[in-house]
Amino acid sequence: MNLMAKYKDPSLFRYIIKNMSDLSVQPLTFMEFCGTHTQAIFKHSIRKLLPKNIKMLSGPGCPVCVTDQKEIDHSIALSHLQGVIIATFGDFLKVPGSDGSNLQKARAQGADIRVVYSPLDAIQIAQKNKEKKVIFLGIGFETTAPIVAASILKAVKENISNYYVFSMHKLTPPATKAILNLGEIKLDGILGPGHVSTIIGSLAWEFLPSIYNMPFAISGFEAIDILKGLESLLKQCIDKKPQVINTYSRSVKPEGNTRAINTMFEVFYEDVAHWRGLGAIPNSGLSIKSSYREFDAKHQFDIEIPDSKVLYSYGCQCHEVIRGLIEPPECRYYKNICTPDNPLGACMVSSEGACSAYYLYSYE
Amino acid sequence: MCVAVPAKIVSISGEEAMVDFGGLFRTISLLFTPEAQVEDYVIVHAGYAISLLTEEEALETISLLDKLEQK
Ligand code: SF4
Repeated sequence: MNLMAKYKDPSLFRYIIKNMSDLSVQPLTFMEFCGTHTQAIFKHSIRKLLPKNIKMLSGPGCPVCVTDQKEIDHSIALSHLQGVIIATFGDFLKVPGSDGSNLQKARAQGADIRVVYSPLDAIQIAQKNKEKKVIFLGIGFETTAPIVAASILKAVKENISNYYVFSMHKLTPPATKAILNLGEIKLDGILGPGHVSTIIGSLAWEFLPSIYNMPFAISGFEAIDILKGLESLLKQCIDKKPQVINTYSRSVKPEGNTRAINTMFEVFYEDVAHWRGLGAIPNSGLSIKSSYREFDAKHQFDIEIPDSKVLYSYGCQCHEVIRGLIEPPECRYYKNICTPDNPLGACMVSSEGACSAYYLYSYE
Repeated sequence: MCVAVPAKIVSISGEEAMVDFGGLFRTISLLFTPEAQVEDYVIVHAGYAISLLTEEEALETISLLDKLEQK
């Protein structure tokens, strides 16, 4: 059985688009929250193929892009400590600190920085390097946070005392609320993140139709999945019946993955978090509970980071891109000074950032 | 960052499983999907299965797609 082949079928792709064109009425704007969706939407040229009256915007769902400048500076400062190994997902290496440095440059200056696929790899590094302190840079949303929590529980179980997590984890529903509360852009529907929802469940999004009257369709990541999600948003708009529609039911359950949720909240608690572009949002981040404080890099390493003097360094407009206020080509640095090889801002660093997606798939 | 891909379980040993990502094999953790069995498809993110793909649901979506195609 090739379960996935059907989801890549181009004739179905065209069929759904034709269906949507037949349905379309007034101009509509939909936002995809998730950076993995952003990447897939550009890769499959979905923005170009959609009926003309449907506009897509990218939201704040690229974890690297929304990480606060102070946290980036803190991460880089941790890498310079004596006897420390930093373990991180690769996306984070080139994110610029407020003084123009980044983890890659820190590595060139001698910092020990290892790119890992999973926090489990970081645990192994800790086991093999007992004389060193291994700090895992915890970025990501609800999809990743349970896994990072599990790594701390594994460290407890296996008595690993040189493993630490610097938690910058963020929660998606509060950021979605923040974007809507700002009221800067008019949205007609939101394409819901498939893997975040796999963890938190489709029920976690009921506030969108009920409080904000906002159509919401959870979707998977194949081209057909995304189109089915968008088609559902379109139908909800036409019927004027906002709902939570789960078009990715092969992975997303109404209650989510309760084991993963329980693991996440065994280790973390909801705390205020600072988002690039959105500022401080209450209960939108995850901090490590005091019972696991010995693994908390924020407590175990005494570092004071000043507030960035220049809030938006280099005139990068990532903070506006994240809120859907401008499209990347409207930034004066896009493509001339700022490129994926030489990124000025986080939205050009991560392959999930809107600037990078525009650049890589030459969408203009 | 939330990239997660389907893989097929080849063997299980305790909480860990060997999975096949279409030719690439890797050991992952089944901590969050303990009910998964050999031959099942799981969605894997950062070394952990985060969901067990229900084949009926997947096939149901496909049969819906098939119906669309025949129209
Ligand atoms: S193109 Fe570069 S400088 Fe401009 S907003 Fe995007 S990341 Fe920032």
